[in-house]
Amino acid sequence: MRAILRRYLPALVLVILVVAVQITLSATRQEFYMTQLTMAAYYTMVALGLCLLMGYAGQVSLGHAGFFAIGGYSSALIAGLGAAAAVSIPAAVLVTAAAALLVGIPVLRLRGHYLAMATLAFGIIVLRVLQGTPFFGGADGLSNVGAYPLFAGLAISGRRALRVQNYYIAWSLVTIGLLLAINLVSSRVGRALRAINGNEDAASAMGVNVARYKLATFVLSAIYAGVGGACLVHFSAGIGPGEAAVMKSVRYVALVAAGGMGSLSGTLAVSAALTFLSLRGVFGLYDDAVFGGILLVIMLFAPHGLPGMLAGVRARRSARRSAS
Amino acid sequence: MEGGLILQYLLAGIATGSVYAAVALGFTIIYNATGIINFAQGEFLMLGGMIAISLARLMPLAPAILIAVVATGLVGVLLQLVFLSWLKNPAVLRLIIITIALSILLREAALHIWDEKVRALPFFSGDETSSLALFGARVSPQVLWVLGISAVMVAGLTVFFRSTMLGKAMRACASNPTAARLCGIRASTIVSLSFFLAAAIGALAGCAVSPLTQTQYDMGSSLAVKGFTCAVLGGLGSVPAAVAAGLVVGILETASVSILPLAYKDVVALGILLVILSVRPQGLFTLRRTGWARRA
Amino acid sequence: MIDPHLEVRGLHHWFGGLHVIDDVSFQCRAGIVKAIIGPNGAGKTTLFNLIAGALAPASGRILFDGRRIEGIPPHRVAARGISRTFQATRLFTGMSVLENVMVGRHPRMRGGFLAGMLGPAVTAGSERRARGYCMEILEDLGLAALAPKEAHSLPFGRQRVVEIARSLAADPRLLLLDEPACGLNPTETEEMAVLITRIRDRGVTVLIVEHDMSLVMGISDEVLALGAGRRIADGTPREVQSDPDVIAMYLGDDRA
Repeated sequence: MRAILRRYLPALVLVILVVAVQITLSATRQEFYMTQLTMAAYYTMVALGLCLLMGYAGQVSLGHAGFFAIGGYSSALIAGLGAAAAVSIPAAVLVTAAAALLVGIPVLRLRGHYLAMATLAFGIIVLRVLQGTPFFGGADGLSNVGAYPLFAGLAISGRRALRVQNYYIAWSLVTIGLLLAINLVSSRVGRALRAINGNEDAASAMGVNVARYKLATFVLSAIYAGVGGACLVHFSAGIGPGEAAVMKSVRYVALVAAGGMGSLSGTLAVSAALTFLSLRGVFGLYDDAVFGGILLVIMLFAPHGLPGMLAGVRARRSARRSAS
Repeated sequence: MEGGLILQYLLAGIATGSVYAAVALGFTIIYNATGIINFAQGEFLMLGGMIAISLARLMPLAPAILIAVVATGLVGVLLQLVFLSWLKNPAVLRLIIITIALSILLREAALHIWDEKVRALPFFSGDETSSLALFGARVSPQVLWVLGISAVMVAGLTVFFRSTMLGKAMRACASNPTAARLCGIRASTIVSLSFFLAAAIGALAGCAVSPLTQTQYDMGSSLAVKGFTCAVLGGLGSVPAAVAAGLVVGILETASVSILPLAYKDVVALGILLVILSVRPQGLFTLRRTGWARRA
Repeated sequence: MIDPHLEVRGLHHWFGGLHVIDDVSFQCRAGIVKAIIGPNGAGKTTLFNLIAGALAPASGRILFDGRRIEGIPPHRVAARGISRTFQATRLFTGMSVLENVMVGRHPRMRGGFLAGMLGPAVTAGSERRARGYCMEILEDLGLAALAPKEAHSLPFGRQRVVEIARSLAADPRLLLLDEPACGLNPTETEEMAVLITRIRDRGVTVLIVEHDMSLVMGISDEVLALGAGRRIADGTPREVQSDPDVIAMYLGDDRA
């Protein structure tokens, strides 16, 4: 029983923090922060999915911003088609999943550098197509995207009056995403993924269908990204091709690396914090440089991310203590 | 299409292609010496151009380019020494991410040292209006400069690798590092030299093409991907194959403008990359099987 | 006439220009220990890789329970009931002993991505059963106390036993052991011999590649001798031991 509680602890902490932050902000009349916090939540969905892909299946993707953009643009366009409004996000998720399958099947057989370049190329292709096609709004992107109706009168919308509601919608989505990910990681599939990461040939010999699991994880991580994009487009009432930019993809990788590669809670914490700060403009003109720098420092000195670094410090300290 | 126009497209394609070939060469040189794919390769072209542009305000063009090339070469060595040389048995993923991060930081540094404005070196001869008549095509003399410089670079590299002690040492290192060390060749020197060469080649190409395509702080990443496409097409190991692949991609890309909207021009090279990686990652010119994660 | 458990017919394989498996044919009855011996480079591990699906043979047939298995990928070979260990121990890094063994149970468990994400509500029973089964194996092998430890932190000899535990988790009917005694001291080798015999006595067919002759002759019911990719001899340990071709292969002779 206690083991189960420990497993879901990050989700519990998340819920408590989310509520606490909201109460604090409302009480201090600083609710305007919620807009960036809501956006940060949707970007964090991408990081969560990427954590599953990079940290557990051990595959790199330098083009995940492309899936975020595909999700967003799809939802906007489908909603604009005049179909039942509620269809747009699920349909967008399907489109994103299909794109991930199409890209993943040929590309996931590649190793290391080749996979990285292939996913990078995919991201740039998405970017160029979005920039260069009038149907997608070209360099200006899409705007005037309507709200997305949920149940019980709730809606994903950027209207000021619905600010608090949308904050909770966004972070509830992240919480659900986190719970599903935690479950997956503790399951037979999660074990198989970690085995693939540990020793691919041995995993295969033990009955794990490596190719299928890599592909499924890739598609799942793309779905996370697509959901984030599809929701954000309704919250921001628009989207631009910049969401597919290379720097965005690199940022997501930086967030996962800094969060500890295989650590869902670490990735979530780092992503929420840094994305929020970036959206607030705290890093100013040095925004990209900050993420590049973080990535560099983490990869040079703490390739297992901050949690790994902390674990290393703790281990060294206790070793020193037992030696003295 | 009349002959003159075809020739014009061909020449433009070859000019573009030789830039891609230069990037591909840089990838190949570093990969051969270290097994690393250096994502920052594209930034060397950008740096070479930017430095030369700044220096050209203070001195004649030729010395400005020379200093820019050497300076960029030194930047390459510095990157390798400071960030890569001391890593012990790094995982591939870790290296990939490190070189990506380095390319971002180089790009951001350029943004802050210069700015986001588009710049260009002056034309090496004549100006933007001059054109030569060549077999019914009108072509800018700069295109011939690019072709000439690329040809000299490739010839120089071929001679270097085949005939000089240092070049042969580099090839030995690539094919059998242990045996090379036993012969007294210092791997660390070779690695640093390979970074210098790759960066210098990139810088020279960046200078040569600057009057034609302009130089901007963020031109590096798409160049890197296209250059990598050519390197992969050529099999990531041989100089002539990389050059040939570069020309092919450059011509295809330029020719595509007659069929696809201009905005999709980049997609051609990227599409080629995805296709070749899906179908034959060892490239068109080698028999080796490589690139697959497992038995294919 | 009972179908042989494993049958290899006319197997050929090349590495580049090297003919590493040259027309190898043999049979293995169910429930015995059959050893494959031969000098280095004779093709023993390649043969294992071909049976286990890590390699696809250039030509020939491999039949298990009468069904062809040559060329099918490793994870499907595992699902058919063939398990293996590796010459150089390949335990999963970053996972405990128990987790390693539970990966071995993978083909006998159910539940994909959807079930996994829905979590304990759906998978608790299956996880509990798998955990129970794997702990039993660990207890049987004397490793129960080490279950929560990181697999790579164990001494080498124990790691090799963990790998065997992992390969038993899928309840295999044929077990391929690649040099299980490699790197073990005499005591550990003795324990390994006992373990292999117990596995055989439970009804699992064991195919073992091994250099340690005392181990081979001590526990094998049959021996297959390979030399330069070819089958040199096949029979009881005594027969193979006294086969002139086998002796020549090991001692070298003027005919070579």
